[in-house]
Amino acid sequence: MTPPTPSAAAPLEVTDESVEKSLSPSTTKGSESRSPGRLAWKRFKRDRTGVISAYIVIFFFVIAIAAPLIAKLYGKNPYTTYASQRPELLDAFSYPSGPNGGMSSEFWFGIEPQLGRDVFTFLLYGIRTSLGIAVAATLLTTVVGVVVGVTAGYLGGKTDYLVGRIIDILLSFPSTLFFIAFMPVVYGLFVAPDENIPTSLRAISLILVLSAFGWASIARLLRGQVLGLREREYIEAAKVTGASPKRIVFKELLPNLWTPIIIQSTLMLPAYVTAEAGLAFLGVGIIDPTPDWGVMIQRGAQFYTEDLTFMLFPGLSMVIFVLAFNLLGDSVRDALDPKSKR
Amino acid sequence: MSRFLVRRVLGALVILLIISAITFGLFYAIPRDPAMMSCGKNCTPDMLAQIRHNLGIDHPIPVQYWDWLKGVFVGRDYAGFGNCNAPCLGYSFANREPVLGTIMDRLPTTLSLAFGAAVVFLIFGVGAGMLAAVKQGKFLDKFASSASLFGSSLQIYFVGYVAMFFLVSKLHLFAQPSYTPFTEDPVSWFSGLLLPWLTLAIIFTANYTRMTRSQLVEQLSEDYVRTARAKGLSRANVFFRFAWRGAMGPIVTVFGIDLGVLIGGAIITESTFSIQGIGRLAVDSVNKSDLPMLLGVTILSAGAIVFFNIIVDAVYALIDPRIRLA
Repeated sequence: MTPPTPSAAAPLEVTDESVEKSLSPSTTKGSESRSPGRLAWKRFKRDRTGVISAYIVIFFFVIAIAAPLIAKLYGKNPYTTYASQRPELLDAFSYPSGPNGGMSSEFWFGIEPQLGRDVFTFLLYGIRTSLGIAVAATLLTTVVGVVVGVTAGYLGGKTDYLVGRIIDILLSFPSTLFFIAFMPVVYGLFVAPDENIPTSLRAISLILVLSAFGWASIARLLRGQVLGLREREYIEAAKVTGASPKRIVFKELLPNLWTPIIIQSTLMLPAYVTAEAGLAFLGVGIIDPTPDWGVMIQRGAQFYTEDLTFMLFPGLSMVIFVLAFNLLGDSVRDALDPKSKR
Repeated sequence: MSRFLVRRVLGALVILLIISAITFGLFYAIPRDPAMMSCGKNCTPDMLAQIRHNLGIDHPIPVQYWDWLKGVFVGRDYAGFGNCNAPCLGYSFANREPVLGTIMDRLPTTLSLAFGAAVVFLIFGVGAGMLAAVKQGKFLDKFASSASLFGSSLQIYFVGYVAMFFLVSKLHLFAQPSYTPFTEDPVSWFSGLLLPWLTLAIIFTANYTRMTRSQLVEQLSEDYVRTARAKGLSRANVFFRFAWRGAMGPIVTVFGIDLGVLIGGAIITESTFSIQGIGRLAVDSVNKSDLPMLLGVTILSAGAIVFFNIIVDAVYALIDPRIRLA
């Protein structure tokens, strides 16, 4: 909220951009030739909320990636039931005997009621699982959405009509219900009914089901964008000069679609994190011995009246992550698309 | 208007038909034998075949779908299990009851939850959004905007339990969440659902605050609003009869979509507060592999979404006379 500087800088930047566009990219004589990406980066760096949120989000990803390393240094793992070796950790009712859920210098975030696992490592690995699934689902959704959206928009005609109807139908599916209803279907495709479902298959099924319903909205958005771009002169010029459809799609259309693609996927990722945790909470996603954000909340829900501390760690960390990512998403949108209104 | 409605209803029926066909095909494509579950422990191959025949699952899938579809309109007789009257959505293997009956039992719960929450989030969400738009740039605006950002990052499965811990177990401010039919005891209906309403509304309120604010801010800067003020109309008059009327359209659209989704079952809310509504029914039938029930719930949810879409479009035309229905 510092009105003078940005408003003074804005017209300058616009002229910069247009000058930069009219010149060919190879002219590097001017030291101040800035690409739209560089401009967006500059705008982003000026946004303090966005930068802080970015650090928080990066922190979560770093601890997720480094979870095994941190666990090794810390000397515990999320699977061992420490209370079975040392019964004094839990009281007669199987709740942590120490105060605050058994938090101590040895068990930083306390220990889990009943089974007595270490909360700190369980949370670390849980974040790792949840973020891994959410990132994979976001990537898959984005790729499918972009391919379908651009194809439908570019080809038009019957393909466009057909894709449009499929998207309409997908968007009238009640999404949460379908996530829970289709998880058993996907499992059934790979595993016989009586067999145990391996964790990797659960993760893959989650990614597939989340993506199967997620691509429709991004495809619809991009289709609309491509319909608009297709009629522009520069595409026509490319066609007249004999550019192949492949070249038009990759060199002419895609570079103009990066902004909506990036904005959509930053909005999608936190939604997938909460959806994945929600499914685990309902017992149809990742299930117990595998550490997961949602699994922790589901475990915590069983004894929240006696030991709320155990519930607070996964719950609060998720709120912080989602809030930071939403703020980051807003800042990214403002940086990439400064004219858009909120 | 009537032509529009007929056209849209027909379109909705086609969509429902396609959704039911897809759902049917996908559910029955997996190798799972519902007859096995009905049959119990001492099952002979003959009994199994008999049950399969009675349930009508010894036919190929397209025939089964056709039978199911026919059942919706003319009813169906499941030999040895019972009769299922005209709008027959199938027969639940796990409950040994027609699907529609169970859904109808659960529907009042979900409707109470959905409409109650809708009242709460409309009042708070739209109210906060209006305040923020009027006090643009002031403290109240910033507070409402940050609160809505924070609210939209909360999850029901976390907030619900924390709220129950403090407000129900510790401070005893709220009754333990439960559902009592309104006709039985309106007071306990209200007190049992109050906490679920408030929790469910938190997530939606945030969204409505943001939307109402941005819509109103845009409308308030329009020329016609300035003209109305210049004519000498009062501030309140201009705000509600001019700016708000212009801002309402998109809010009504989103509201219709949200309501449709909520009626299909607030699955996570119902699980958190152990309320036995449609959403809980869906989760239970997934865990019991009760496919006919799941199909029934799916059709109901998709139907609610499609139905509210039509209503929204019709209402939109009433609000904004520039929109023509065709």
